Amino acid sequence: MLTNLFDGFAYGMLLFVLACGLAVTLGLMNLVNLAHGAFAMAGGYVCMILVNRHGVPFFAGLPIAFIVCAALGVVAERLLYTHIYRRSHLDQVLFCIGLIFMVDAVVDYFQGPQQQFINIPDFLKDRFEFLGVSVGAYRLLIIGVCGLIAVSLQLVLTRTRFGSRLRAAVDDRRVARGMGINVDLVFMLTFAVGSGLAGLGGALGAEILGLDPTFPLKYMIYFLIVVTVGGTASITGPFLASLLLGVADVAGKYYIPDFGAFVIYTVMILVLIWRPQGLFGRVATR
Amino acid sequence: MRNRFGLLGAAMLGLGVASASAQEVARVGVILPMTGPFASTGKQVVAGMRLYLAQHGDVVAGRRIELLLKDDGGVPDVTKRLAQELVINDHVVALGGFGLTPLALAASSVATQAKVPEIVMAAATSSITEASPYISRTSQALPQTVAPFTDWCIANGIRSVVTIVTDYGPGYDAEKWFKEPFEKQGGKVVAALRVPVANPDFAPFLQRAADAKPDAIFIFVPAGVGAVVMKQFAERGLDKAGVRLIGTGDVVDDDLLNNMGDVTLGMITSQHYSAAHDSDLNRRFVADFGKANEGMRPNFMGVSGYDGMALIARAIARTGGDTDGTKLIEAMKGQSWESPRGPVLIDPATREIVQNDYIRRTERRDGQLWNIEFATIPMVRDPAKAGK
Repeated sequence: MLTNLFDGFAYGMLLFVLACGLAVTLGLMNLVNLAHGAFAMAGGYVCMILVNRHGVPFFAGLPIAFIVCAALGVVAERLLYTHIYRRSHLDQVLFCIGLIFMVDAVVDYFQGPQQQFINIPDFLKDRFEFLGVSVGAYRLLIIGVCGLIAVSLQLVLTRTRFGSRLRAAVDDRRVARGMGINVDLVFMLTFAVGSGLAGLGGALGAEILGLDPTFPLKYMIYFLIVVTVGGTASITGPFLASLLLGVADVAGKYYIPDFGAFVIYTVMILVLIWRPQGLFGRVATR
Repeated sequence: MRNRFGLLGAAMLGLGVASASAQEVARVGVILPMTGPFASTGKQVVAGMRLYLAQHGDVVAGRRIELLLKDDGGVPDVTKRLAQELVINDHVVALGGFGLTPLALAASSVATQAKVPEIVMAAATSSITEASPYISRTSQALPQTVAPFTDWCIANGIRSVVTIVTDYGPGYDAEKWFKEPFEKQGGKVVAALRVPVANPDFAPFLQRAADAKPDAIFIFVPAGVGAVVMKQFAERGLDKAGVRLIGTGDVVDDDLLNNMGDVTLGMITSQHYSAAHDSDLNRRFVADFGKANEGMRPNFMGVSGYDGMALIARAIARTGGDTDGTKLIEAMKGQSWESPRGPVLIDPATREIVQNDYIRRTERRDGQLWNIEFATIPMVRDPAKAGK
């Protein structure tokens, strides 16, 4: 029972790190970035290539995946996304789907269509008893890292100058610009951090979710569910939504395996009937 | 970059033109997923077919065999359209390939109406060969490798099993053809779990299997996913708890095995082909296959392509160069030959392949992972068709 709760937590935390970038770009920047999963996949491949082929330690591979994906995010934001900020959501969706197909093909060409695995250190493969609960070391690591990220994101958004600038830029772009805030720079940094986190999530999640060129499409649904259930107004919303979905998914598949695959969707439907704007969403003001 | 088939094909074509320009051409249409998630199947099958022609020469009974490769991307509608084009525009004498069950079935009506043999070289659902009297198969019917496996399980003290299969057609086949013979012999399937096709995390399924405390967990999932399951199996400490992980050879696919790493060690699987099969013919097959394809190791798809080409060539030889479709499919019935996988036979009644099933253990030899065969169940007919 508690083991299931633990597994669900780990899975939910992973979903959060993968999806929080999407929540930020969608909620704060009003950009439907469906290609978000492509950054996660890039992170996974960067980490895999470094760790497996160049002998970089796993714990160095993770931050490098973050940095590389953040850099990729900046390049993509400057070169591509900047053109579609003001376009309709349909244009944004079409653009992102096209981007996903291109990234799929590129990765397939260079790395092949098969599943990839990152060689994690042996001590992470361990499993031990803690207060009677059987706990996997790797899942514990996921909970630790992702929890840390969630807390720091919340602190940065609510307690720092950058956080208040970002919120100001989102609330009213023109006024913020008038107050001397460099809105473009704020957005670019936000996009970079979101992409970087996705990359970190992809690298961290390869062990559990697998890693192959269809990754962005395969997990797009899950990211979108997290964002719709959690709402996009804050970090807390997607965080709690991820945990809820992670636990519901694992518990559902355990206790009612015949119906297990649908639990996550049932939860989403129920939440949206109850609160159409998401668990913590605010009603659209603009 | 990964694929030099184009070059190889061009080279072979050049050879053919130079040496056999006088012969009549017999075109074979090959329809495979060469792009998309099933591209590895396509690459293996076509590499096997080309290797057969390279080793044995492409002229049979005065006919020069030419392959026309088409990519269906794994989409049944496309398969059917390509089959029609190949038959009508290119006048192919036979169709080959077919990566997945729906793809093989999509082309079956074309084969029946045009009276052109369709040689299935990958798809494994038992019923495929019944879809048209012009279909023959050189890959496998899934029950062939699942049902004999239960004998081994019973003989080795496995009495209770949890089955975990992917929630799609071949998965149900595997579940059914494991459960029935296993329970008939006194075993018990304590839980039969089905995993959604797009499943991110296997933790709940494995936890449930672990709580049932079976002697073994039988898995049937696509090869890439198999490695995820094996990793999580070990992570959950099931190996240390004395639970054995068993499955069909699909999960330890030779093409991917070395990438999966040490989690596969000790895995017991059942299948009709291992690249480690102990015969001179197979050693030459594996060596030549690697040489022609940048070191790629043949898997059960590669050997099926090789044997599919062998079957077409043997049929043309038996008809003396006559490429009438009905005569060709008749000439295929009852063919038997030595394949890199061991002896094979095309059952004259069902047009289905009859072959050995091997029980293998995954081991590390000379720095590489191999599926080492240690028990053989000789000449297995598809048990799903045996009762009919």
